[in-house]
Amino acid sequence: MSGLSSGFGVWNPIAWALLFVGILVVSFIVRSFGNKGYKRGTGQTKVFLSGNDEPEASGGLHVRGDHLYWGMVDGLSAYYRRVKAWHTGILSDYAAWFIGVLGLVFVILVLAR
Amino acid sequence: MTALTLHAPVLLIALPLLGAFATPLIGKLGKGARNTFVGLIVLAVAGLASLLAVSVFGAGGVPTVYELGGGTFTFPLSGGQVPIRILFEVDGMSAFMGLITALIALTSAFFSFSYWRERSGGDLYFSLFLLLTAGIFGMVMTGDMFNFFVFLEITSIAAASLVGFRVWRKQSQEAGFKVMAMYTLSGLFVLLAIGLLYGQYGHLNIAALANSLQGSLTDMIALGLLLTGLAMKAGAVPMHMWAPDAYGEAPAPMSAILVANSQASLYGLFRILFTLYGVTVSTGTMGWILIVLALLTIFVGVTMALIQSDLKRLVAFGAVSQIGYMLLGVGVGLAVMATKPEYGLVAMQGGIFHMLNDAACVGLLFFASGAVIRAAGTRDLNQMGGLGHQMKWTSIFFAIGAVALAGVPPFNGFASKFLIYEASFKLSPFLAVIAVLSSIMLLAVFVKAFQAAFLGPRSNASAHVSDPSPGMMVPMAALVLVIIVFGLFPGFFVDHIVTPAAKALWLGRDAYINAVLGG
Repeated sequence: MSGLSSGFGVWNPIAWALLFVGILVVSFIVRSFGNKGYKRGTGQTKVFLSGNDEPEASGGLHVRGDHLYWGMVDGLSAYYRRVKAWHTGILSDYAAWFIGVLGLVFVILVLAR
Repeated sequence: MTALTLHAPVLLIALPLLGAFATPLIGKLGKGARNTFVGLIVLAVAGLASLLAVSVFGAGGVPTVYELGGGTFTFPLSGGQVPIRILFEVDGMSAFMGLITALIALTSAFFSFSYWRERSGGDLYFSLFLLLTAGIFGMVMTGDMFNFFVFLEITSIAAASLVGFRVWRKQSQEAGFKVMAMYTLSGLFVLLAIGLLYGQYGHLNIAALANSLQGSLTDMIALGLLLTGLAMKAGAVPMHMWAPDAYGEAPAPMSAILVANSQASLYGLFRILFTLYGVTVSTGTMGWILIVLALLTIFVGVTMALIQSDLKRLVAFGAVSQIGYMLLGVGVGLAVMATKPEYGLVAMQGGIFHMLNDAACVGLLFFASGAVIRAAGTRDLNQMGGLGHQMKWTSIFFAIGAVALAGVPPFNGFASKFLIYEASFKLSPFLAVIAVLSSIMLLAVFVKAFQAAFLGPRSNASAHVSDPSPGMMVPMAALVLVIIVFGLFPGFFVDHIVTPAAKALWLGRDAYINAVLGG
């Protein structure tokens, strides 16, 4: 009832969930061996930034959407230049892509007939 | 109960259709009366779709034929030789699509009651919503090509109007115009194809046409028109450009039902490939056409999502990429139909199961995005941050929708993608690699969205926001429940609703034809 079989592989989410819970329990046990002298809100919990004081948190420090993956996007810049160029936002271009695909499909279907 | 089940196919269309025209009148009595009326209609529709599904799946997905007006069904008509009439044919796939449509219509309507409460134009909004729902049900229930076109046009008109509904936003007007133009183009090509088939065979009934097709050049031209027109309306790359505009600019709950609308076009495409044409075309060629479209859709959709800074466009490109997984599953199934059926059916199950999972996950993401955009007052991820401090439930719901759509176990998206990965790997490891990598990239996309919108320190902008009202939270919670239950018990749902739907396409061509023509 729970699991799935593809004929060559098996997926059982209940077993996966039980395993996940088991890992959480083990993590909790390992955590319980930690330093009992931990005190919230003291110097123990300060972020270590090469000995510098942690800057005051504010909205300006938030890692914003475009800050993520800029390296990956930059690495794929050649791809993105082309793909963004397709997305012109111009209706006649949308229609041109449609007609282009239609022509290609016609050729394939006639050749395969 | 039996009479209700018997008449369910037509009631599923008639109730929202009549409701669409009655809504502006009921709206004169006040918003409460209008919302009660619309709520009762979508509840009735959900009940009817469930009844129909129980009936069809209980009978193993065997097609049932409903002729409008009742009476004894004979073919050809005793009084003449022109088989034109309003005829619905419901098999496992139609019933499955009915369930998806009902789920999204129900949650979208109830989300809208709160979402659209303070806006004007609610009567028209709900009228168009019910019209769109009626059109989608019509597309998935009809057994007639011309009626399919009529319902396709109904969905086009309603969908384009809903995309451009917020007339005070020039982007919405532009998106609505683009959607109308592209849907019209799609509809015209579908109509031309139907005309070609009718001119050649004199039939409009799908079963009668399927029985007559000979694979002639005209048939192939009609197939090309149908395939391209419906693939475009489903949002397959490179004909997808309208989709981010539409999903991005429509009101959030309507974006969810637009996804169901795209899936109805996908259903039409599958019905035409498997039931109408079937063995009269090279299934290998058709399968590979779908696979190529699928790979492009998956990869371009997800990579374009990665660079979006508008939250709704990001989710929209994510939704486009998921259409690719459905095409991949069904494309692999079609490609190996004749040669390796042992994993072809698995691929089909994956592709079809993903339709339901995608509807729930993308619906949830659009709802959550709508709540976030309303609270933050901006769609720009670069202007958001720290919303999770005040919008705890919305952030949890968004996270569940995101990881489920990206295919993270144990959620429902993984279950369907598991079947797609496994079956596509057997055809070509390259297909599975692209599918898995794109899922990982989609997870990265949603990590970006979640980090940008919900995480980070509290800011002045996020200090006064809060989770939306219970009226919006309950539909989101309902979709979360669907995601979790379908994720934890995929075997049950695959056995009872997905496999009959897949088999209705995969093996059910003869049964579909015989249900109308006899034999």
